[in-house]
Amino acid sequence: MEIQLLETPYDPYALLRDFEMAPDHLGSHFGAASLFIGTMRDFNEGEAVESLWLEHYPGMTERELQKIAEEVRQTTPFERGLIVHRVGHIAPGDTIVLIGTWSCHRAEAMTATSKIVEALKHRAPFWKKEQRGAKSHWVEKNTPGSVT
Amino acid sequence: MSIHVRYFASLRETMGRMEERLSPDGLLTVSDVWKAVHQGQTLPDQPLCAVNMAYAKPESPVQDGDEVAFFPQVTGG
Repeated sequence: MEIQLLETPYDPYALLRDFEMAPDHLGSHFGAASLFIGTMRDFNEGEAVESLWLEHYPGMTERELQKIAEEVRQTTPFERGLIVHRVGHIAPGDTIVLIGTWSCHRAEAMTATSKIVEALKHRAPFWKKEQRGAKSHWVEKNTPGSVT
Repeated sequence: MSIHVRYFASLRETMGRMEERLSPDGLLTVSDVWKAVHQGQTLPDQPLCAVNMAYAKPESPVQDGDEVAFFPQVTGG
């Protein structure tokens, strides 16, 4: 599993292209790729959000993400995986997280990516602090990961 | 040696410090570490805790040289 924590904005599509073009990628040895891209909204709970501070626990973050990927892989096999996550100061429209898995068939890729997204949201030690006008506050919980 | 205690996010702001070092004497569990910096108060369901960068429970053992971290519910992604 390749894991990147980035302090500056990135283009997820350029990063994906480079990842798939890299010599150590799968070539044609996969039939499905499933991607999740999470972007910073300019609103939350009905209020405008001007920026975000994303804190993390260096060292534990990388370990936990690797652990999540290994656990998911045991039940939902995939060939390659990628997790990219921003930290530090983030502006509306910036990509926060990019998660991708590559596998032989679509079911494994789609399920693995979904499982990694949900596990990251609940276990990876990241914390968001929103700037709303003159006030800032820590986000206290995640939004639901499914619709009913 | 000592136990290195770290705080993150809103808890860091509440504590007014990001880290401290405690003598390991009498500190056998994560809960003991919390009590040592909170005048004997029991560790509540939140914050979450970790020992040496792995999730831990209040009853998880600690020893000299460990890094113990306390932090709120995570909100990444």
